[in-house]
Amino acid sequence: MNYEELISEIALADERYIIMTAENRALIRNIPKNPALADRFIDTGITEQTMIGMAAGLALRGRVPIVHALAAFLTMRAYEFIRTDVGIGHLPVKLTGFIPGFLSDGNGPTHQAIEDVSIMRGIPGMQVFAPADEEDMILMLPEIWDSSSPAYTRANLIKPLVAHDKNFRIGKAEVIAEGSTITFLTYGMLFNNVFQAKQVLESQGLSVGLVNMRSLKPVDEEAIIRAVKQSELVVVVEDHFTTGGLYSIVAEVLLKNQLTANVQPLSLTEQWFRPARLSEVLEYEGFTYEKIAARALGILESTASKIQL
Amino acid sequence: MTEEQITDLKKLALAVRENIVRLSTDGGCFTGASLSCTDLLVYLYSHYLNVNPSNLEDPNRDYLFLSKGHDVPALYSLFAELGFIEPLRLANHLQANDHIYWHPNTHIPGVEFHSGSLGHLPAVAMGVAMDCRIKKQSNKIVVITGDGELNEGSVWESALVAAAYKLDNLIWIVDRNYFQANVATEELIPLDPIHKKFEAFGWNAIDVDGHDFNAMHDTFTSINTNGKPSVIIAHTVRGKGLPSIEKRADRWFCNFTHEEVNALLHELHENKLAELNSETLVVR
Repeated sequence: MNYEELISEIALADERYIIMTAENRALIRNIPKNPALADRFIDTGITEQTMIGMAAGLALRGRVPIVHALAAFLTMRAYEFIRTDVGIGHLPVKLTGFIPGFLSDGNGPTHQAIEDVSIMRGIPGMQVFAPADEEDMILMLPEIWDSSSPAYTRANLIKPLVAHDKNFRIGKAEVIAEGSTITFLTYGMLFNNVFQAKQVLESQGLSVGLVNMRSLKPVDEEAIIRAVKQSELVVVVEDHFTTGGLYSIVAEVLLKNQLTANVQPLSLTEQWFRPARLSEVLEYEGFTYEKIAARALGILESTASKIQL
Repeated sequence: MTEEQITDLKKLALAVRENIVRLSTDGGCFTGASLSCTDLLVYLYSHYLNVNPSNLEDPNRDYLFLSKGHDVPALYSLFAELGFIEPLRLANHLQANDHIYWHPNTHIPGVEFHSGSLGHLPAVAMGVAMDCRIKKQSNKIVVITGDGELNEGSVWESALVAAAYKLDNLIWIVDRNYFQANVATEELIPLDPIHKKFEAFGWNAIDVDGHDFNAMHDTFTSINTNGKPSVIIAHTVRGKGLPSIEKRADRWFCNFTHEEVNALLHELHENKLAELNSETLVVR
């Protein structure tokens, strides 16, 4: 099942759902052609702010609008409308951001949503999700859309490498493996690369854990605490600025629990990423599975030598 | 303009269109949108704007802001022909070793400001226009938006403020190709009459055929600086020059095979329709 099939099925079964877009039809191109859904499909044109305001009005009448736009324009251009109309009103408006993170590949900084997790989780009551691949997204969305909270989901059409735990619960991470040397915490489209990096490191004899942090807010505090207690090193891998994303979330969780640990980020610090074809972006920025493995190993060695000093 | 000048412009426009077609593969680009503003850019940089590779640091040069940033294949293809950039750099499209990607950025000489998020550059152009006026300079400040881009609320804020400040050194061109990303503009959020909308906002508004060099020359050289900003609504055709993709909602972004690119290059010259099987993409 793909995103469009899922949204059709859910909207046909429940009249509360309204499908909206600010002229971003990539995920829902055939919906307007479905006569049973035509009057619940609203394309407001290239007007992200107006779409969000309308979604709030629809939610006031008991509807659950699922809104679509490129992640950068959805979360940033309409930010104050999301925070003020949807956030203060605590309305069940469901945001789907297309091409978040590295998935904007050759578009350039204008289209790079690499602060979306940070700003969306800053809104009281807003839930934030980042599925690892298309299958993960399809099994997560029904519960996300059914909840009474506003929610932001990073759309991800990457094909799965692993079968995911079908018992998705809001606020729960998916622990793929536990390890004593390195544990990776990651989310979204980098999941597959981290999974392969784990295999590379295991072939070198290391004990490597991996957690799919699919629910970023609410976050699975227990999974984070267990990872730092079990592993010598925790590496947070994200296509997001180091500020405000998962690395910050982990720091907040640890400090709140009076814990400290060797937790290091592989993320984007104070710079937008180099626009190019996706494979070249990953190579250039150091996020291919080979580079993730090598960088994690480098961190392990350098932080180990610090301890010896 | 003389017949010879027109012939030269047509030759240049053809070379630019060839470059655009060559960029429409191995990842692709916004081909349809770029072809609609090709003749406009060719005219402006050849006969209207005082800007060239040797005066890019001169504060008295004219400015062009491409707010519909996805037309960048047209801009870079022209820049390659006019010596702003080395033509070979176009081959670096979408590679991490250069900055030739889907939206404009100031790593490329001649790009005045980055764009890609719609509805930003009218306001940025207004800031530049304001400073030129304060300094009593006579630069022309041109900003090009799409027609779909007029959906964004920020463009109408700019239209209000530019008129309030009587920025008559500002020229706003609407590339009126009647399409936005996925659909015809009038089928989604009708824009007509654009002319009357801008007039009601306090602008001079002029319609022109954006593929007719003589008409463009007459229009641009007679713009009235009467205390009002001016908008030129340039009527264009999405995909202009390639009948097989012209006026089609589904050929905005194109990623053709190499064979299709060759066929389209022939089509540019011979008007023999290319056979296209590549999937149409919805990227916005």
